[in-house]
Amino acid sequence: MAHSLTIHQLVEQLRAGELSSREATQACLDRVEQVDGRLNAFIRVDAGDALAQADLADQARAAGEDRPLLGVPVAVKDVLAVKDQSLNCASKILGEFNSPYDATVIQKLRDAGAVIFGRLNMDEFAMGSSTENSAFGPTRNPWNTDYIPGGSSGGSAVAVAADECIASLGSDTGGSIRQPAALCGCVGLKPTYGRVSRYGLVAFASSLDQVGPFTKDVRDAATLLQVIAGADERDSTNVPEPVPNYAAALSGGVKGLRIGLPREYQVEGLNPEVKAATDAAVKQLEALGAEVREISLPHTEYAIATYYIIATAEASANLARFEGVRYGARLGGASPEEMNRKTRGAGFGEEVKRRIILGTYVLSSGYYDAYYLRAQKVRTLIRQDFLKAFEEVDLIASPTTPTPAFKIGEKSGDPLQMYLSDIYTISCNLAGLCGISVPCGFSGCGLPMGLQLLGKPFGEPDLLRAAYAYEQATDWHTQRPKLD
Amino acid sequence: MEYESVIGLETHVQLNTRTKMWCGCVNEYGADPNTNVCPVCLGLPGVLPVPNAEALRKTALTGFLLNCDVPGYAKWDRKNYFYPDNPKNYQLTQLDFPSTIAGFVEFEFGGGLEKVRINRAHLEEDVGKSFHFSDYSGIDFNRAGVPLLEIVTEPDISSANMACEYLNALKSILEYGAVSDCDMEKGQVRCDVNISVRPEGQQELGEKIEIKNMNSFSGVRRAAEYEIARQIEVLEKGGQLVQETRRWDDDAGITDSMRTKEDAHDYRYFPDPDLMPHRPSEEWLAAIREEVVELPLARKRRLMGQYQLPEGDADVFVGDVALGDYFEEAAKGLKNPKQVANWVINNLRAKLVETETSVADLKFPAAAIGELVGLVESGLINSKIAQGVFAEIFANGKTPAAIVKEKGLSQVSDSSELEAFCREAIEANPGPADDFRNGKEAALNFLKGQVMKASRGKANPQLVGELLAKILNG
Repeated sequence: MAHSLTIHQLVEQLRAGELSSREATQACLDRVEQVDGRLNAFIRVDAGDALAQADLADQARAAGEDRPLLGVPVAVKDVLAVKDQSLNCASKILGEFNSPYDATVIQKLRDAGAVIFGRLNMDEFAMGSSTENSAFGPTRNPWNTDYIPGGSSGGSAVAVAADECIASLGSDTGGSIRQPAALCGCVGLKPTYGRVSRYGLVAFASSLDQVGPFTKDVRDAATLLQVIAGADERDSTNVPEPVPNYAAALSGGVKGLRIGLPREYQVEGLNPEVKAATDAAVKQLEALGAEVREISLPHTEYAIATYYIIATAEASANLARFEGVRYGARLGGASPEEMNRKTRGAGFGEEVKRRIILGTYVLSSGYYDAYYLRAQKVRTLIRQDFLKAFEEVDLIASPTTPTPAFKIGEKSGDPLQMYLSDIYTISCNLAGLCGISVPCGFSGCGLPMGLQLLGKPFGEPDLLRAAYAYEQATDWHTQRPKLD
Repeated sequence: MEYESVIGLETHVQLNTRTKMWCGCVNEYGADPNTNVCPVCLGLPGVLPVPNAEALRKTALTGFLLNCDVPGYAKWDRKNYFYPDNPKNYQLTQLDFPSTIAGFVEFEFGGGLEKVRINRAHLEEDVGKSFHFSDYSGIDFNRAGVPLLEIVTEPDISSANMACEYLNALKSILEYGAVSDCDMEKGQVRCDVNISVRPEGQQELGEKIEIKNMNSFSGVRRAAEYEIARQIEVLEKGGQLVQETRRWDDDAGITDSMRTKEDAHDYRYFPDPDLMPHRPSEEWLAAIREEVVELPLARKRRLMGQYQLPEGDADVFVGDVALGDYFEEAAKGLKNPKQVANWVINNLRAKLVETETSVADLKFPAAAIGELVGLVESGLINSKIAQGVFAEIFANGKTPAAIVKEKGLSQVSDSSELEAFCREAIEANPGPADDFRNGKEAALNFLKGQVMKASRGKANPQLVGELLAKILNG
């Protein structure tokens, strides 16, 4: 079935004329129709619009055009601006807002010929690790719908894992791509900070956010990253580093590649099944020729606290614009203050409010030095830990998450427990690194687990090379949830 | 007890860049509401700011004009506060690493020279403008994101008049540098005043009180005058002043308390993660230094020294730069620049006013004025004729020499020709001739007038006088 193809499989069939983009897009639409009632990965799908784009792609192909994603349906997280489409960030507060412009990554997808296919569910404003914090209801794990899919890009992971689209985009601020990819059994890549434009990505924490691909295999991750990476004059934090050929990096193998295992990652709370799966994955890489050694990241224990200070501080300002004056759902009041209070009180969910309050607090006069400023200093130390480690190793391997997916509702009353599920992913954002999660096995109750590889800044080629070598030696990525 | 006042000013000036600070929207005043807006300056979800290179350049240039340092590192901070005209509900500004620091402004005041130190001139963004109607309010975001320079003085100002003179000096410096149009009526210059008073001789400063909402320089002066008097009165009555912000009511001519220190905003400043720090390179700064123009005070001193102009003339040429430049061009290489200045100020300026034109519209080169002065000085035409010649030049751009030649206007200095005129005049007016012979010297003027009339103004008046006297004295 066309909807279960990877990008490279679909492109091959489109090129051969065995399949049209309309057929592929229709197959995805049918799949959404068939399974999304149970999964709730999509917030919105505009079938007419998707098919119209598919028809244009077919016409272009008939006219002799060939582009990397010509005719490939790619779904996007509801945090990316797509011209004339709704943009809710899975929140009530944006009301009926439609974006009047395309995010740079969306423009790049269009330039590559992709069919922009539907808007994916997420934790409200990307704040969460379970996709339970959505005004559009929770997204469910396709391997077991009683379980969370991870978050915040839960919809992006589920849509790919459940074959509702060919690939998708998500965003990663502290693990929001890698964690759900691991929990849903697909590939998720967080590019180096500055590698992909953030213009049109609704900001949660500007110094940590990065857009990245969800795909069915590592080759597709390379393809999609190739399309979205690169300089953008609309994003001052974008780094004008040349974009390498990622597909070319895949075939390098891992012989001689040095992989580090952080001593500090052997934490209490690491699930034995997850540990066993990642240990086995590392063994596999070793068997393929990688050199494995222990490394130290001494400031690891401060990462979560540091993250929740910096991310919430930035979020408290980033989310200030949502007050109903210029757009979104407005509740009236006798004064601007009252309008603000009512609109934001009703529009934001609990987790978003919690983080805005936390962020407001850590920036407040008298607390700034003790919290925000200190967190920035610790962030520098964490980054230095990694840069030092990368003098000895090329990549760092770890579990993506300390446990497989948990049950819906299990941790929603305990935010601190929830925050701990990001323990392995968060430092990567603080240090501005790149990271990938690839499937590395299943728990006893059939839930996927992920191997995380972290690379130095702009080290995506190494990341892809190792992930691809591992994937080629295993078949975890070929397994699909049974939803029929 | 005698009191003295200590005043510092915070002046917001809109830079006259072509586009706004973070986006490509046009920076212009007076467009229809919300027509110069885009996702970036409206603060739509997902947008990012990109610094305007022209604004950075004009900020550094302003720094140089205000004798500031331009440090090698400047960064952007978010100032958080909710207000409907503030699209992101934070304003991008520069808290602890501004683009320019530690300068001064020099100006004439009270017959001497004053120097007010500049703490910093930092770059930030303007906000939208609220309009209140009978049962609703509207906001025009055309102004949102316009680059705004906040120029902060040290507390070096000691009176309301001095504050006003500082502002005038600052305005003319910014106009000279062409960094701002400084139109107060368009809100391009806005000013807050910090005032405290203390007994003369006391070292420590009194409680600082900030006054807002003045919309003219004279408003600043009046507000400061009122506030100084009010503060002194409070102290004299044994009262206490508290740090607060007060609002100037221009109609009532008083200040009212807006908020005290206790309910001051906590702006929760932090570095903006969307913008990279600005690190000016030496080459960039060197290119901007090339653009530094002569400041008004320096220009005045130079004009007075180089051309021996009286202060009044120099002031005219400082106040009207184009006219002054024109003067300097016209006076090039001439021995008597004062004469040129007279022509430029008395004749050219009057003509420009009369025809509602400007120096840029002139049809003739500045050298023509110099040439005209030269013709008068060499005695080729007299000053009366010169007026007519100037009118011609102004109207059709011909050179003075050409007009004089074409119309046969050169002064008659040939004694034989003039002698004939003189003899005719004496014969025709025996009365005055006798009067002169009898010692009434003024009678000569009448005869001179007759000769001038007969020559249609072309006679050299000095020569005529000499000839008449010679003939009459036999």
